[in-house]
Amino acid sequence: MPQQIKYLFGLAVVLVFIFLIVRHYLVSPSFGQYGHYRAASLQTVVSQEIKYGGEIACTECHEDILTLKNKSYHRGVACEVCHSAAYAHTQDPYEHKPPAPRTRAYCPLCHGYNPTRPTGFPQIDPVRHNPAKPCISCHNPHDPTPPVTPKECEPCHTEIARTKILSPHAPLPCTQCHEAKEEHKLNPRVALPSKPRNREFCGQCHSQEAESPPKILQAESPPEIPRVDMKSHYSGFLCWECHYPHYPEARLKKEEETE
Amino acid sequence: MNRRDLLKNLLIIPPGIFLGGLFLKTLSLLKKTPLGKISLESIYGKYNPHAHYYAMGIDIDKCIGCGRCVEACKIENNVPREPFFFRTWVERYVITVDGETKVDSPEGGIHGFPETLSEKEILRTFFVPKLCNHCDNPPCVQVCPVGATYKTIDGVVLVDKDYCIGCRYCIQACPYGARYLHPETHTADKCTFCYHRIVKGLQPACVEVCPTGARIFGEVKPRNNPLARFVRFNKLGVLKPYLNTGPKVYYANLDKEVT
Repeated sequence: MPQQIKYLFGLAVVLVFIFLIVRHYLVSPSFGQYGHYRAASLQTVVSQEIKYGGEIACTECHEDILTLKNKSYHRGVACEVCHSAAYAHTQDPYEHKPPAPRTRAYCPLCHGYNPTRPTGFPQIDPVRHNPAKPCISCHNPHDPTPPVTPKECEPCHTEIARTKILSPHAPLPCTQCHEAKEEHKLNPRVALPSKPRNREFCGQCHSQEAESPPKILQAESPPEIPRVDMKSHYSGFLCWECHYPHYPEARLKKEEETE
Repeated sequence: MNRRDLLKNLLIIPPGIFLGGLFLKTLSLLKKTPLGKISLESIYGKYNPHAHYYAMGIDIDKCIGCGRCVEACKIENNVPREPFFFRTWVERYVITVDGETKVDSPEGGIHGFPETLSEKEILRTFFVPKLCNHCDNPPCVQVCPVGATYKTIDGVVLVDKDYCIGCRYCIQACPYGARYLHPETHTADKCTFCYHRIVKGLQPACVEVCPTGARIFGEVKPRNNPLARFVRFNKLGVLKPYLNTGPKVYYANLDKEVT
């Protein structure tokens, strides 16, 4: 073997050795053990401090409140939603007391009216709903059923109520079209209100043969009611396939025309 | 050393190092016993990561935009309180009657969504909670130059904050904007599905506090878990499916405008 090859081979061995040493110090020992990452970092992540204890931890001491809450509308709302992170409280109940929000500012975070909230979710207008009274003076947060069952539909169906009030149907009470049993106010989803089922229902006011003016509008100055020939006007379609009863489009069209 | 020697060395030494490295790699593969190995038990205790594969479900029709998840996440994970660092946040989508889509998220929704458009302008509107999608094929992991972000055995994408060099490649690569650079550690940070909680059998903090049950946490495979029920009874969508990232946050009632 030529001398040069021997030298080069020796050099290569030395370089490989240096590479090994450098690699040993630069690459973390647990790197690549379970994948292209440091297994030791899993330990760091897993050892992070827990702040929220979870509702099961609360049952041990506060069973009475939880029994009450679990029968109420707030059954799905975990304790720590309002009382904030309480893992420290489960470890040392006397040193760490979880806060309880008592101000009027807190409840509207969920129950203040916002058109983006899903329909049917109970919402109030914080400005108009018993102003300046703290919510807890009438509603127990652990059993928030209103002290008086709502007389009207608006407190829960604000979105519809607000739309309807701008429409020609504003003077009509909800019960004109929907039959709601008293049970609906207590268990909204158990007893659902009825809805009109056929064209004849709308025809009571809007057909050419209908009584004029309808009884329901007599108190107000009766506006002109749009009337159609029920037989020729898109027969085969239900009225609410084209007209949204809480805001019938006929009015929208009129506005556009005047503009 | 003369010029000839230098050129010779340049020809021989780099391939020598490469071959040496290859040799070592095969050696270590043969041995398969790297030093400083960390057993799964010393990381997780009794928990077996091979038996789990996590995912989350979000029902957009149930989200009321109260921002409790954002608050809980910030508390649980010490996310900076400044209004532009989030591991999870809530977006409000408003599609107006003009066909325009408006998206906003004032301070991530942590204080709710006080300002609203008038109902007259709104065609449809809803809240979309967002977080890291824990992709099955995560682009952030592909681009990390140091192996500081990775997918765990149980399918959660994590950041090794001791190894991260703060180069921001992953922040750029994430198509969902789920990552940010932590202002104190100057490393990438993101949702961990509350990894420190789920390995102990608790739910992620945001799921724990969601008052309407809009967030459901569970596993992809076994049928007896809350997510399996969610997956069975809803029509699901994921964000940006055309990117083939395989997101593991499933949205029910997802609107076409959501990106």
